[in-house]
Amino acid sequence: MAQKDWLENVFLTRLNEAANWCRKYSFWPMPFATACCGIELMATAASRHDVARFGAEVFRFSPRQADLMIVAGRVVMKMLPVLQRIWLQMPEPKWCISMGACASSGGVFDTYSVVQGIDRFIPVDIYVPGCPPRPEQLIRAIIDLQERVQREGRVEGLERLRHRAGMSLPVIGQEVRQSMGN
Amino acid sequence: MTEPTVQTEQTQDEQPAFVRKVIDRFGADRVSMSVFRDNLRLIVPRELSYEVLRFLKEECGFDMLVDITAVDYLYYPKARDRFGVIWSLLNTATNERVFVKAFLNEPDLVVRSVFDLWKAADWLEREVYDMFGIRFAGHPNLRRILLPDEFTAFPLRKDYPLRGRGERHNFRRLTREQS
Repeated sequence: MAQKDWLENVFLTRLNEAANWCRKYSFWPMPFATACCGIELMATAASRHDVARFGAEVFRFSPRQADLMIVAGRVVMKMLPVLQRIWLQMPEPKWCISMGACASSGGVFDTYSVVQGIDRFIPVDIYVPGCPPRPEQLIRAIIDLQERVQREGRVEGLERLRHRAGMSLPVIGQEVRQSMGN
Repeated sequence: MTEPTVQTEQTQDEQPAFVRKVIDRFGADRVSMSVFRDNLRLIVPRELSYEVLRFLKEECGFDMLVDITAVDYLYYPKARDRFGVIWSLLNTATNERVFVKAFLNEPDLVVRSVFDLWKAADWLEREVYDMFGIRFAGHPNLRRILLPDEFTAFPLRKDYPLRGRGERHNFRRLTREQS
């Protein structure tokens, strides 16, 4: 009988699965809110829609304490080095949601100063359409990202990834800025 | 002297007192006035802009500089000059407003800065320089204010394409492995 009790209290899984399960229900978002999408982002976090139900309520304004960047709004080219720098400052593992038409494609701002989609310059995991998207759409994106993290998240961190790709140290913001020779 | 670019109806009979003072001081051949939809404009030669603005401030009570802006008349019908610089002044005691206009042509895109008259001119002149490339002689810190320092064009000029010349795509791309 004692052996049977022991069996009932054991749960077998892989380390990846367990780590990813922990990660996906505790996103710490970094709100990169530059425009009206930021208002919807705030509404998503507020009481009516309450993103805490999905474990992503701890908004941090320091990239070093966050693992999910939500780019909400248009990004101008002067802001892009800042965006890239903030992305590089976030610790691994990290993910990115491109929220709204402007962040995803430039939206109606097809002008010399507006970046035509942040995925041209930083990796993006989930795109949210809309102008601006409703909070439900952002919650749907977080749920989609949770599925993706469960499926693709890794225990091993950046070092192994970088070693496998043969990459050097990440570029820093100053180099990013200097590389913009017009 | 540079001619006014666009002629509009003139109402000389209802000239405010300060307009008469300005014209008496600088001469009707150098300063002209026009009214368009209650907006009173004084058109001055570029060389006189600083003196007229100082006269308006010190003798006519225009103590507030509301705005400095510029216009590119490149494709404008019947325009004689390429650029116009416009100062918008307000007399806070009498609530009178006046627009002072001066016209510029390449390659001599310089007017005198009014920074020593109104400190508000600091950022306003930098913005005009940023967008049009018009320089303000005597400005203490004339550099770009909105666009990045590396930017080389003046995007509010009419010969600058709306989508730019590739500036917005000229960054390094960060991949997942690099970040």
